[in-house]
Amino acid sequence: MSFYQEIEKYRDFDFEKFFASVNAEKVQKIMQKDFLNREDFLVLLSSQAEDFLEPMAQKAHQITKQYFGKEIGLYTPMYLANHCVNQCRYCGFNAKNKIPRQKMTLEEVEKEAKFISEAGLKHILILTGDSRLESPVPYIIDCVRILKKYFSSIAIEIYALEQAEYRQMVEAGVDGLTIYQEVYDEKVYDYVHKAGPKKDYKFRLDAPKRAASVGMRFLNVGALLGLSDFRSEVFFCGLHAKYLQDQFPESEVGFSVPRMRPHEGEFQPKVIVKDKNVVQILLAMRLFLPKLGINVSTRESAEFRENILPLGITKMSAGSTTAVGGHTFENKETEQFEISDERSVAEIKQMLLEKGYQPVMKNWMRF
Amino acid sequence: MLPLRGISRDDIIIKNINMKNTLKIGGKELKSRFFMGTGKFANFEEMQKAIIASKADVVTVAVRRVDLDSKTDNILDFIPKDVVLMPNTSGARNADEAVRIAHLAKAAGCGNWIKIEVIPDNQYLLPDNLETLKAIEALVKEDFVVLPYMNPDLVMARRMVEAGAVAIMPLGAPIGSNRGIKTKEIVKIMVKELSVPVIVDAGIGKPSEAAECMEMGCGAVLADTAVATADDSVLMAEAFAEAIEAGRKAYLAGTGGVQESASASSPLTGFLRDS
Repeated sequence: MSFYQEIEKYRDFDFEKFFASVNAEKVQKIMQKDFLNREDFLVLLSSQAEDFLEPMAQKAHQITKQYFGKEIGLYTPMYLANHCVNQCRYCGFNAKNKIPRQKMTLEEVEKEAKFISEAGLKHILILTGDSRLESPVPYIIDCVRILKKYFSSIAIEIYALEQAEYRQMVEAGVDGLTIYQEVYDEKVYDYVHKAGPKKDYKFRLDAPKRAASVGMRFLNVGALLGLSDFRSEVFFCGLHAKYLQDQFPESEVGFSVPRMRPHEGEFQPKVIVKDKNVVQILLAMRLFLPKLGINVSTRESAEFRENILPLGITKMSAGSTTAVGGHTFENKETEQFEISDERSVAEIKQMLLEKGYQPVMKNWMRF
Repeated sequence: MLPLRGISRDDIIIKNINMKNTLKIGGKELKSRFFMGTGKFANFEEMQKAIIASKADVVTVAVRRVDLDSKTDNILDFIPKDVVLMPNTSGARNADEAVRIAHLAKAAGCGNWIKIEVIPDNQYLLPDNLETLKAIEALVKEDFVVLPYMNPDLVMARRMVEAGAVAIMPLGAPIGSNRGIKTKEIVKIMVKELSVPVIVDAGIGKPSEAAECMEMGCGAVLADTAVATADDSVLMAEAFAEAIEAGRKAYLAGTGGVQESASASSPLTGFLRDS
């Protein structure tokens, strides 16, 4: 069964009417529960629940401590290429944007990998733009072969693949897949993905399912906050995570809260998602799915990342760059978006230790 | 007062306890019946202090966490050299993966003890007993000292012992749940029936619950989350150590029977007095 069928169930659901029916008593009742259902989750995403952020935070903190302890996993992204055939209105790599296009050679990948690994990182997330021509599966697999020498866990954030291709990736040594639906509202999806293969909503939606069914260990989903109403978007994203947890109990499911950042291109956020909103999203997600990995990237500022640490975060990126060859190339004019927390890996490690968290550099290996 | 004739009261107690108190597993004599986990700590230094405070003789480490390349972040560098290292197969979803992780542990110089964890369910972290049994069969043949983490089940535990497990580690409650010894009735039966030590692993949230396990006759208790996530993990490690010792002493001393209800004032067989 596709997750699309789950979304279909809400085709005629009136979110506004539901939110209008929420009152303080309902929220309080949910706060007493051990296990939350979908409806409870949606109540916690309502504007009325904003009055309960502190008790929600206390509970989320407790649950996170219990399941994940005082540990935060660290990883860094590595952009292999930025060639792209899609025309996503919100993205700096949009095919129509006049930016320098680059792709790392295998020698350059090795140089970059060596540089990144010297900071002690063992978990890497590799990214490309969406171009089967410029960054085909065999090229990515060649890169993975090199990266295996330096990293104990390799995740991909690339265009949606067919099941057989995910199997090739897993066999090559990839253990994680990050793929954001970006926006669950199908109409908005169709609008913001103006042209290109990414326009296929359902193919992208079932990408994590295809990967998990061939043994992908770590699945990370997300909605790009700012494209549509965040309350219903996060609701569907939470249901997507829950669907994956239920269908593939052998895989670990994670969630990210990417907020739109300034980028090259004319399309700017449609909805402003405030800090308070992000906090509510994190808390509702944690209370709904206690075992969910929650990941926060350097899109967010250093200060905000530190503040939300105790609210359920389990993973952070560190020492990031969103440019191809961002660590070793002299020309770094290919950024996908501007990062906000520019601290080095060593600085992030130090910050975590000072805050009472163990920076976990290695928590996986190929076996 | 009775004359002690040159022996102190402490000597008597210690002698009595030592006679029955050494836990023997895999050819090792262990003084402490507290096994410590190493996950979830705020930093490696704190973990090290907690291990020392716990006086644990056996410490388990997830092989997936070991980073032999790192000069600063190798967890093994923070584990006291005099403890028995018991690597675990966290991350294994089936017997084959558990066996492969055990091989990596050996290759990394972690000794020949292995705690088998085969968990195909990331939601509740409940183990797969059947795959665990298969992993035991394979690893015992390779001379590993095998301690399986399992869902309490006497019949399966017997099979695991037959396959060569040196101890059985049933869960008290789901990992990290801090819910205590919820599987008490089954674990009690296992303690009574099995020929190897029963070590309660997972779910123990408080020292008093660890003491309860020991009073039941368990061989040892393994705790991690309850210690690592305490506000003061070093103090909590000490508290667990003392509770486990107290529970063991109580077991050896023989606890009094518990009356489920008060004695009836009008016994049903009272009439027999008249005959």
